[in-house]
Amino acid sequence: MNKFAFLVAALLFAGTDAALASGGADLRMEPAPVNRLDVASLQRGARNFTNYCLNCHSAKFMRYQRLTGLGIDASMVQDNLMFATSKIGDPMIAAMTPADAKAFFGVVPPDLSVEAHVRGSDWLYNYFLGFYRDDKSVSGWNNLVFPNVAMPHVAWQLQGAGRLVETEYEDHEKAIAAVIAVKGLAKLEPAKGGKWIVQTIEQDPDAPGTLTPVQYQLWVADLVNYLDFMAEPDKNKRISLGIIVLIYLGVLFAFAYALKRSYWKDLH
Amino acid sequence: MQKILNWIDARFPLTALWESQWGKYVAPKNFNFWYYFGSLAAFVLVLQIVTGIVLTMNYKPDAARAFESVEYIMRDVEWGWLIRYMHSTGASMFFIVVYLHMFRGLMYGSYRKPRELTWIFGCLIYLTLMGEAFFGYLLPWGQMSYWGAQVIVNLFATVPFIGEGLSQWIRGDYTISDITLNRFFAFHVAAFPLLLVGLVAAHLMALHETGSNNPDGIEIKQQPKDPKTGLPLDGIYSHPYYTYKDLVGVVVFLAVFSVIVFFVPDMGGYFLEANNYVPANPLQTPEHIAPVWYFTPFYAILRAVPSKLLPFLPATQFFGVVAMGAAVMLFFALPWLDRGKVKSIRYRGTLYKSWLAAFVIAFLILGYLGVVPVTVWGQFKEGLPLIGGADKATVVARVLTVVYFLFFLLMPWYTARDKTKPVPERVTW
Repeated sequence: MNKFAFLVAALLFAGTDAALASGGADLRMEPAPVNRLDVASLQRGARNFTNYCLNCHSAKFMRYQRLTGLGIDASMVQDNLMFATSKIGDPMIAAMTPADAKAFFGVVPPDLSVEAHVRGSDWLYNYFLGFYRDDKSVSGWNNLVFPNVAMPHVAWQLQGAGRLVETEYEDHEKAIAAVIAVKGLAKLEPAKGGKWIVQTIEQDPDAPGTLTPVQYQLWVADLVNYLDFMAEPDKNKRISLGIIVLIYLGVLFAFAYALKRSYWKDLH
Repeated sequence: MQKILNWIDARFPLTALWESQWGKYVAPKNFNFWYYFGSLAAFVLVLQIVTGIVLTMNYKPDAARAFESVEYIMRDVEWGWLIRYMHSTGASMFFIVVYLHMFRGLMYGSYRKPRELTWIFGCLIYLTLMGEAFFGYLLPWGQMSYWGAQVIVNLFATVPFIGEGLSQWIRGDYTISDITLNRFFAFHVAAFPLLLVGLVAAHLMALHETGSNNPDGIEIKQQPKDPKTGLPLDGIYSHPYYTYKDLVGVVVFLAVFSVIVFFVPDMGGYFLEANNYVPANPLQTPEHIAPVWYFTPFYAILRAVPSKLLPFLPATQFFGVVAMGAAVMLFFALPWLDRGKVKSIRYRGTLYKSWLAAFVIAFLILGYLGVVPVTVWGQFKEGLPLIGGADKATVVARVLTVVYFLFFLLMPWYTARDKTKPVPERVTW
């Protein structure tokens, strides 16, 4: 038994020790304010997606038809959201060809049908808030969440330009305190001599966008909400059906249990 | 009705089969919680076969179309998403149920004489299930499917002399490709399900020959017969008693299953990994490749074994592969490793209980370590003897691997030496 107790103690110790030491870079993200039941937000997200993303990115598993599930009728989808095709049963294919994309950006933009499954809503939300001006990059943009991403800041006219702000702190504790004070996207990186650098993004006052910062955040939230919908269009149906199934199983359990008891009661 | 039955029975032993296998099968009356998992495993097997058949109707085993056909099932096939989530959740639930079923066997000594063959058939089912899961995991053709298969097939390449040829023979190509996908599809939907069903039949026939063990480890067949019923004193007919008890188990299982299928089908990335929503790309290795959770204890053992095992031996991953294989195969030897005087943990002494607890903890933590990168807990300080600079997780995995193997290898010694309690005449209930 001693050996066992020692093992448990050793493991617990190893765990706490590692938690205290925390060595590497750390990205603090803001939770995405998305709501899968907010139909108006999903509709706006669909508009944002077809207008800003679909030029370069495809969503080849998503048919335009599916947008009618968001309460947008077929004629509205055809008149306002379809730019590259006229058949509503067609999937969302980018206007730009993959060969052109390769030539322009050096990489074919990934298909976004299930991107929300791959990245998660929080990552996507912070990614769209994470762009900043960088003269060293080819596109002139860089991203705090996805460093050196090939994609330029497509919505920069809405958000305006951001600047990267790097602040050095003496130790981890002070740096963490600074991250908490930011109340938003921030990146923590170890620097030389036990110091820590906190990276945040600041709006460039000389390059404002057409939207206020809060309006832009809502714009992004709508888009992310839509991306999440697109990754699994039947998600809401799945969840509401699940509740019915569980209620049914609850009733079935009561009957099954009563049946079992009535058979077992004569056993002694 | 009786006439039809008589007609059939004169030509095929339908009634006899039903009665010997279930209807008149006498089981101990004291089955507890742990005894639900056998019937549940059979239930999940049926669920997987039925949902699998429906998926096969729309899935395309073609490297160019596999990924898209899964999304087609999720979006365009009526109720396709439900069938697919049931199948993906069912795969993980199959392992959960089987692991609990095996743990039951360990606790109550169900593998002991006279049930050695039931146990061996069970181990073969477990091996087949691992193969079935492995082949099936390639089919969605995502990044994890692809690279997971790449890593596992490459394990065979570590076999001395024939390894390279062996792994090519398994893949049918120099790398995982359309050819591999096609043969894995064949194995997943035809060969291995047939094997599984056959082995399950053998497992059940062997069990129904010897009779079931129970939480007390008492052989009810050796008990005096009840003069009224003619059954052993603690025996009852499976039907209707366990038919209806197991039905309750199935309903509870379905509730847990439904919570996952309808509310958290990805299970936080454990049942469906985020990276597997990226189509397979042979040119881009993911940063972190880990097998699905049910293989991770063995994967952790594989990684824990140093490639340079002994100074005079060449450095090769083969030692890890052998350890991983041995970790699975050792289960087969259990009936002969255990030399305890009693079967059930209820009457075993502290020695066995401690070793079993250590084994379970080692298995669980190894399972966790197999999911995460070896750097997860950081490194030991430089300059420490032996472990200086080593990844903490690797050192822990090594210790736990030793614990895992000692559970089996020391079993003849500690089970024989254990201070057991006397086993009562009648079951506790």
